[in-house]
Amino acid sequence: MIGPADDAPVLEVDHLQIDFVTRRGTVHAVRDVSFTIAHGETVGLVGESGSGKSVTAQALLGMIELPGKIVGGDVRWKGESLVHGPGVRRTIERVRGAEIAMVFQDPMTSLDPVFTIGSQIVEVLRRHRRLGRKAAKARAVELLDLVGIANPAARIKQYPFEMSGGMRQRVLIAMALACEPALLVADEPTTALDVTIQAQILELIAELQRELQLAVLLITHDLGVVAGVCDRVAVMYAGKIVEDAPAADLYAEPAHPYTAGLLGSTPRLDIVLDRLVAIEGAPPDLRLPPPGCAYATRCPHAVERCEAEQPSLERFVALPLAGEASEEDAVLAEDELDDPARTGRTVACFRADDLRRQVVSA
Amino acid sequence: MTSTTSSTSTTSTDPARTGRPVPSDELLVEVDRLSINFPVGRSGFWGQHQQWVHAVDDVSFGIRRGETLGLVGESGSGKTTIGRAILRRIEPSSGWIRFRGQYITDTKGEELRKLRQYMQLVFQDPYASLNPRMTVLQLVAEPLVVHGRAKSIDAARRDVVKLLGRCGLPEDAADRHPHAFSGGQRQRIGIARALALRPAFIVADEPVSALDVSVRAQVVNLLQDLQHELGLTYLFIAHDLSVVRHISHRIAILYAGKLVELADSDAVYESPRHPYTEALLSSVPIPDPPLQRARRRIVLQGEIPNPIHPPPGCRFQTRCPLAQDRCRHEAPPLEEKSPGHRAACFFR
Repeated sequence: MIGPADDAPVLEVDHLQIDFVTRRGTVHAVRDVSFTIAHGETVGLVGESGSGKSVTAQALLGMIELPGKIVGGDVRWKGESLVHGPGVRRTIERVRGAEIAMVFQDPMTSLDPVFTIGSQIVEVLRRHRRLGRKAAKARAVELLDLVGIANPAARIKQYPFEMSGGMRQRVLIAMALACEPALLVADEPTTALDVTIQAQILELIAELQRELQLAVLLITHDLGVVAGVCDRVAVMYAGKIVEDAPAADLYAEPAHPYTAGLLGSTPRLDIVLDRLVAIEGAPPDLRLPPPGCAYATRCPHAVERCEAEQPSLERFVALPLAGEASEEDAVLAEDELDDPARTGRTVACFRADDLRRQVVSA
Repeated sequence: MTSTTSSTSTTSTDPARTGRPVPSDELLVEVDRLSINFPVGRSGFWGQHQQWVHAVDDVSFGIRRGETLGLVGESGSGKTTIGRAILRRIEPSSGWIRFRGQYITDTKGEELRKLRQYMQLVFQDPYASLNPRMTVLQLVAEPLVVHGRAKSIDAARRDVVKLLGRCGLPEDAADRHPHAFSGGQRQRIGIARALALRPAFIVADEPVSALDVSVRAQVVNLLQDLQHELGLTYLFIAHDLSVVRHISHRIAILYAGKLVELADSDAVYESPRHPYTEALLSSVPIPDPPLQRARRRIVLQGEIPNPIHPPPGCRFQTRCPLAQDRCRHEAPPLEEKSPGHRAACFFR
């Protein structure tokens, strides 16, 4: 990326490939994934189970353990590799928690049941921030207050089992923020929670993001969760990113047939349909990924080429919003290819341009 | 509720074309003043005080033949307990349940066994609810043999294969084991098993919550098709309001064991009466960024009250933006606010 240093991405995931070697064959879980996150940017990584979204997140902090292995590509934090090189373990040790922090789906298993939540936050602060006992405790109270826990001075003495799921997730977010990280990776942070509690946690993440200028990578299977929070959304399918676009554009005009399929099969609260548009079939077996586009067998628009060749992520220019579209605009859109503001969008589909023209002529 | 409520609701009157078939007026299931308490630990010096979880408190509703009633609530609201009580898997503490006009609350023994043919359960977790040692044929034929509808598993093969096909499973499915199938396909097996006895009434307890989005739509469509074809009646238990709106004729909203609102599905979404329903609806994210960002969201403070010591008066008063003194002393009754629209709130 060209531009002032501030605009340079803090995190770069570069052609990442991760395999899991099992007795029944090698699973190619992440197949050539690239994306970046800029300072203070909120990115959603959306996919169904087995799409490789969580494995990608784990790779950011050197958490891929055998039988998993990063077999290609790189992850760079502010230019430093978190995958290769002699000092990589030390780099990861330094970055983990302090610069990149993580929150997981299940708030119970991420907390140690035999220690009070206060002592768990204090431990983080003493280890990473080298704070004294008293200062750490005071800071822990501050952090609990920051994540909206009422009466933090008393709560600090409680054990995880004394708290509800939503409360525990707040504690985990407090712990993640303890060292003032620049990037918060949240892996399905609200999946285990009730919908009113989910709303509270999403609100909290959005607030913290604004106040602390935090970059956020939000990993989820729910397109709804992403819609209110993220600037940009990357959609994963069968170990690859199939589309990466500004959130508003992606929902208004999905460029990849899989994205369109996902949106069609998500029932909406505000629109009543006679019938959901289901995506028939199931994702491919990643032990033997197909030679062509992994979505081809389920795709209503697939042509011969899709089954033979893998589409790579290419630049895609969004059309003007519905209602304003005309042939003239489509031509204009071609000219705008050089406008950096409109080229922040990529899609891995041979037919994306054809499908877009169909929309215009319709 | 919010400015987002769109006017795209279906107005099609052709029953064959709408997603939801038109139910009859006959009540198939009636639940009358149902309360269910579970004993939990004891308190007091010698443990003299038995403590009770008030899981369901004075809940009444009916389900018409051919109707889908969505039962919505957060964890601990009592929705699963109500479903199990109707199926007679849990004994009610008080209240009545009628099925096809008969009181079934005290039905026992052989009669209860017979009754169970007509009401079946579809489980949430398709991984835990199918015995991994049985073939699909055995799983689906088992209820037929148990209830004497087939002489043996093999004698039922033809019917089972037909049913599996109807549920969208491949032809060779019958002789395979559950592990050979994906989550969505396993849920289809669970549905086939529930349908084997040709029941009239199905309790579907979060049947699609464990499935991926694209597969979820397949299973929702299957449930709707089966309802059209077989005239099934569903109690559809879920926490996902978007799915519930899509599939249900009417919706009942539960909060901490109390029924707080019951109305036609469109009425619940377009003009909710209870403040909890409003908050619940506004918490559901809509996959449309400009809309979602512009919505007025009611973010509730606090959590569901402890079911051992529910608050006095209205159970929602601890979190309710409208709560006043009266709500802290007196429980609001579930009243008809407009024709067919009942809600339990003093101020709406």
